[in-house]
Amino acid sequence: MIRPHRSHPLWYAFLLHRLSGLGLALFLPLHFYMLALALTDPVRLDGFLRFTEMPLVKLAEFGLVFLLAVHLFGGLRLMALEILPWNNRQKTLAGGAVAAAFFVAGCFFLKAI
Amino acid sequence: MLNLRLYMAQRLSALVMVPLTIGHILVMIYAVQDGLTVSEILARTSGSISWFLFYGTFVLAVSVHAAIGLRVIGFEWAGIRGRMLDLISWLVFAGLLWLGGRAVYAVTVAGGGL
Amino acid sequence: MIGALIGAKVMTVTDSEREMDVSIWRESDGAGRFERYQVPARENQTVLDVVAYVQQEIDPTLSYRYACRVGMCGSCAMMVNGAPRWTCRTHVSKVVKDGRLEIAPLRNLPVIKDLATDMDPFFEKWVAAEAVFKPSVTRHDPMAPITPDDPARLAASAAIECINCAVCYAACDVVAANPDYFGPAALNRAWTLVNDSRDGGQDDRLAAVASNGGCYNCHAQQGCAQYCPNELNPTLSIAGLKRATAKSLLGRGR
Repeated sequence: MIRPHRSHPLWYAFLLHRLSGLGLALFLPLHFYMLALALTDPVRLDGFLRFTEMPLVKLAEFGLVFLLAVHLFGGLRLMALEILPWNNRQKTLAGGAVAAAFFVAGCFFLKAI
Repeated sequence: MLNLRLYMAQRLSALVMVPLTIGHILVMIYAVQDGLTVSEILARTSGSISWFLFYGTFVLAVSVHAAIGLRVIGFEWAGIRGRMLDLISWLVFAGLLWLGGRAVYAVTVAGGGL
Repeated sequence: MIGALIGAKVMTVTDSEREMDVSIWRESDGAGRFERYQVPARENQTVLDVVAYVQQEIDPTLSYRYACRVGMCGSCAMMVNGAPRWTCRTHVSKVVKDGRLEIAPLRNLPVIKDLATDMDPFFEKWVAAEAVFKPSVTRHDPMAPITPDDPARLAASAAIECINCAVCYAACDVVAANPDYFGPAALNRAWTLVNDSRDGGQDDRLAAVASNGGCYNCHAQQGCAQYCPNELNPTLSIAGLKRATAKSLLGRGR
């Protein structure tokens, strides 16, 4: 599915950044809607929060925090590329961005379980 | 398709969200310990101007940022053009602003008052 | 008789008896498909050799472009196994997969016939991006003093070796997704001119590269840098254009 001309790390960095942004954009309306239930239907929200205790949901939350961290660090990398005098350490930085994101998400997961 | 104004709005909203996002992740890591309940959330945020400003700014920035991001995706991957593209961008912006604003209101202003 | 002997030698498969399975894109009047040919595999063979063999020995109706065949002119650029390359500088052994090769015309350009693309859109965007030198003085004026270590000149020199082969244009997914996007080559050249102190067309140029088809379309995928045979980095140049346009257009107020 991934065409040959795309098989280099920086293209994957682009794809990850775009897909994480898309995922977050789709998640946000749900997130906002649930939180607003604190006002209109707090009992239902409490029920939902209990549901999020399930390990599968925790895993999904880990995924979400990972997307957020990836998008954040990927975006910083991108802006560094655009604004700062830049050399070819980009691939290392791209990898570093993902690693940092993973670490942050990992903390979240550990605290949560 | 992206002019200077949109490009800068995208970058600026991103920069604004850097500290807000890190703060939000830290709050989440802390809050999620020992389970999460509505009363626990509200005890922390209700009636607080600081949280109102924090999350209010966050909602505004993310509405701008996501609307522009989805505009680019709509253009490049879904082939949406012209007036339809503008319409969708504005709808995303307004939708996120509305839903987000409601959520911020629900956890800060309501149930206690500022 | 000598001609027949020579002909026979060319047709004979030598010690390396292997043959390669080569798929080549054939297109005329808008209808295209891959056609397969069996080509003898040799020790030292470029993809251009393969294409030339097919046209000379198997199917003389195959159309393709080349000129220098030594990696200087960029005319022989094609998609080889899905990646844009100069076929004269692509050793078959480096790209062949399971004895198979797939050769297609450069992506993102209209096809005239078979492997020959219409380069007009590429060059039209070059002009539209104002990647064209606009003189500010005449031959009667003194020469502009530019030292080799001038930072702007260094920036321009780092990006100046583009020979308009369109490999980067073919590699770029944004070019594929946005028909208005000028593309890496045109913007790269525009950047060299932004750094050229002799040029008198900066205002128009900055407006052009900040327009609908301009530099803000770039997402730094860097397929251009990955595949440029001259090892240029248009993404770096485009980042420079983003800085230059922001500074200029913001400085003067919106």
